[in-house]
Amino acid sequence: MKKTVFLGALTVAGLAAGASAAATLDDVKARGKLNCGVTTGLVGFAAPDANGNWEGFDVAVCRAVAAAVLGDANAVEFVPTTGKTRFTALASGEVDMLARNTTWTLSRDADLKFTFVGVNYYDGQGFMVHKDMGVSSAKELDGATVCIQTGTTTELNLADFFRANNISYEPVPIETNAEGQQQYLAGACDTYTTDASGLAATRATFEDPSAHVVLPEIISKEPLGPLVRHGDNEWGDIVRWTLNALISAEELGITSANIGELSAAAGDNPEINRILGTEGNLGEMLGLDAEWAKRAIMAGGNYGEVFAKNIGEDTPIALARGLNAQWQDGGLIYSPPFR
Amino acid sequence: MTTTTDPHQGQFRLSMLLYDSRYRSMTIQIIALIGFLLLLGWIFSNTAQNLTDLGKEPSFRFMGEPAGYDINQRLLEYSNQDTHLRAALIGLLNTLLVAALGCITATVLGVIIGVLRLSPNWIISRLSAVYVEMFRNVPVLLWIVFIMAILIETLPSPSAFRKGEASLSLWDSVAVTNRGIYIPEPLFTNTLGNLHLFGNSSLRFDVSLDLIAILAVFIGGLLTSGLIKRRADHTQEATGTRPTTWYWRLGVVVIPTSIVLVLLGLHWGYPELKGFNFKGGTHLRNSLIALWLALSVYTAAFIAEIVRAGILAISKGQSEAAGALGLRSNRTMSLVILPQALRVIIPPLISNYLNLTKNSSLAIAVGYMDITGTLGGITMNQTGRELETVLLLMLVYLAISLTISSVMNWYNESVKLKER
Repeated sequence: MKKTVFLGALTVAGLAAGASAAATLDDVKARGKLNCGVTTGLVGFAAPDANGNWEGFDVAVCRAVAAAVLGDANAVEFVPTTGKTRFTALASGEVDMLARNTTWTLSRDADLKFTFVGVNYYDGQGFMVHKDMGVSSAKELDGATVCIQTGTTTELNLADFFRANNISYEPVPIETNAEGQQQYLAGACDTYTTDASGLAATRATFEDPSAHVVLPEIISKEPLGPLVRHGDNEWGDIVRWTLNALISAEELGITSANIGELSAAAGDNPEINRILGTEGNLGEMLGLDAEWAKRAIMAGGNYGEVFAKNIGEDTPIALARGLNAQWQDGGLIYSPPFR
Repeated sequence: MTTTTDPHQGQFRLSMLLYDSRYRSMTIQIIALIGFLLLLGWIFSNTAQNLTDLGKEPSFRFMGEPAGYDINQRLLEYSNQDTHLRAALIGLLNTLLVAALGCITATVLGVIIGVLRLSPNWIISRLSAVYVEMFRNVPVLLWIVFIMAILIETLPSPSAFRKGEASLSLWDSVAVTNRGIYIPEPLFTNTLGNLHLFGNSSLRFDVSLDLIAILAVFIGGLLTSGLIKRRADHTQEATGTRPTTWYWRLGVVVIPTSIVLVLLGLHWGYPELKGFNFKGGTHLRNSLIALWLALSVYTAAFIAEIVRAGILAISKGQSEAAGALGLRSNRTMSLVILPQALRVIIPPLISNYLNLTKNSSLAIAVGYMDITGTLGGITMNQTGRELETVLLLMLVYLAISLTISSVMNWYNESVKLKER
């Protein structure tokens, strides 16, 4: 008898655990907060400002999702993760999504069991060196000491690059960007390698950015994007289409300035109407209300506005749109249609 | 006097399992055991089921896949095309290296500080007390990070050597940089080569025959020296005078070893600035130095207290009795106090060696590639096999700890008070 009760309790517990793993949306709503995994601090992408508020390009994605789901762009609990801890944090359910300049690869998709919902920044791995070293190409780095964030794709690209060019190097593994910065500035490593955007962001925080150069070689493709766990496709859809809403908004000219006017009543562009919920029931299909995308866009503006505000050419980081321009402008940023 | 429980006469009945005091404790233990096993079984099946649901069935096949990453400090030859298993082996050797270095320095330092703390000289004993309290009361992680920061920020980088702002120390033989210390390495012109073990597998292991030859001659010399000492002891017991043998004992160790070194063509490889870094010489990376120093000074503080406690545990009468017999104070220490103190010192010393070894897993804070950094760090991250790698790691640390404690227990047995 006792054993039956025991096993019965176990079954209930097991079912409860299974059910809670499936519906991330309900969990987030019940909690009233979105747990979003970000970096431990990379200016422009995700870093706390002077008042302790997180801001940046990746943070904007978290805020947009929180706005779409919970109606409040500030209802986000930011969980700083290192290159090493990020996947365990996501797989264990400690965070609901990861927006942490993470490269989309096959093995992370199929083997680590994560779903990348899209790409919010097309990047590539570069090298930064002190200008007075007189190095003009990454191929001249034979024998150099290289600071490298451990647990990243850049670690593997680095090994491949040096092997392919038949030159040697000495890796200095580091945990966080701040640690890499310290070692690089003290000259404990000759070069610091990570995604080119990360290098630009790091260099912008230096006392004298002009004393450092990013070498021209980009040795890998690093499509960075937000990701969620396998197994909850509804939640994956919400994050995917929130990102797409920001991208489409830029394409269609919806900005934080004119969104109030455009969403007041249905206009003559049916796709704008569908995104903003004045026509059709796209929000309902996602399990949200009609104004989800409107709130997401209002959280920080459309993709272009987010880019310009955090990492664009007018910021200290000064990244050009390049590959990250809209497809009509010759870039790769492209959203499937809202239909 | 009557016994409280008479031998049972009647039939055995099932209810007696509960109501008979002879069986009750057994019944309770068996029920508790079954409950415990059920709990264990549930934890295992639950983990396995959840992992299967995630599509990650436990499997160790990833250990045979190419690792793809590089390791800076490798005691064996390794490239990024080797397997995760070999990367784990490289990490394991790095763990053992820092643990062995740390245990030796911590013991030497700890014994010195511990004895000094008992010194009648007020300043010396206070300074030792300050040392103990300072290092014992700050977390070891902070010491590791602190020493690393000092090494990186205060020492000159190789570019300072290039510009002539810094120069090599000790007659141009040692380069102290913020990437580590480069010391001269021994090289052999007539090298005997290496002994290759385990063929081409991931566990392949090269042993230097030069080293074996040198060690064999050196140990042979020590044994011969031991023989000479025994003969001197016999002579002393028989005649009362001890023959002077120190030059013999030194000679049989030094002369054959030197001959072997000369035959092998020993010369030194000095560090030289080439390209971005120093080349040649042995490179002690600052991650190793920081970890080694921090673990040593931290554990030494505990060992100092253990040594002090061990010496204080010997009653004063022992040293007074030795004095009454006419023993000088250093003979009193080595013949009377220490043999007895060791019995008190060794057991807690074992736990400190184990602590030091386990604390070496903080290596990742300074990027030292120990087994937690390779197997439990990069391999885990690149393959996503958290459960398997952590299980392997636990097994490895368990094996290391059990080996250390069995060796130390064997030593403890040998210094124990032999009672007749």
